Amino acid sequence: MIANGREIKVGAGTTLQEFLVSSGYDPRNVAVELNGRISPRNAFNDVILKNTDSLEIVSFVGGG
Amino acid sequence: MAVRVGIAGLGGLGSNIAVMLVRSGFRDLVLVDFDTVAESNLNRQIYFRKHLGIKKTEACSEILKMIDPEIGPVTSDVRLTEQNIPEVFRGCGIVCEALDSPEAKAMLVNTVLTEMPGAYVVSGSGIAGWGCPNDIITKHIFKKLYVCGDGTSDTGDMHAPRVTVCAGHQANLILRLVYGMEDEKIER
Repeated sequence: MIANGREIKVGAGTTLQEFLVSSGYDPRNVAVELNGRISPRNAFNDVILKNTDSLEIVSFVGGG
Repeated sequence: MAVRVGIAGLGGLGSNIAVMLVRSGFRDLVLVDFDTVAESNLNRQIYFRKHLGIKKTEACSEILKMIDPEIGPVTSDVRLTEQNIPEVFRGCGIVCEALDSPEAKAMLVNTVLTEMPGAYVVSGSGIAGWGCPNDIITKHIFKKLYVCGDGTSDTGDMHAPRVTVCAGHQANLILRLVYGMEDEKIER
């Protein structure tokens, strides 16, 4: 799988939620595009990642 | 300018973006903030001492009308939620994310991208402190999402110079999108 331009292997059955947490992201603070489509936040637990996927993750920091 | 632009948050980013857009000829703005002007805002936001305690939507509109008396911005002093965002920003071709907390930023970005197909989001992330302003950049992250900022600075106070640099990035990107200088044109 490609995540933010880097090639990463994901284990079978890994959910998007699990991947985000294990990669150090706080899922409440991110937006994710999976294969060019925005991934709804309420579906992070339902999305099973595949090694052919392409993932873009942006994490927001405070201040406005 | 025919495009309606929504501004979520009228703090250091949003209030400065609003002024730059009005100076650039934008008249159809939706200004959203639930807060009132506080003393601690005056170091970087557009407000004046006489606005202390007044709703930011009201104070911001007053200042914008001093630049262009013809504008009648739509204002909304609500706390934005996943439920009210599509209604509050109805008709906006671009929604500018200028909120404070990372959770609120992510919520707004996700909601606009999923619930308002066609709308662009121009977000600000990473503006605190007085680190090198050259670290503040505009990134095209997703098809409909641009993020301006250094992406990391969230510790320490916020000061006018760096906050304004980021606001300038956001306002400039909006001009580029509207004038078709970025890859896609905006539709209402």
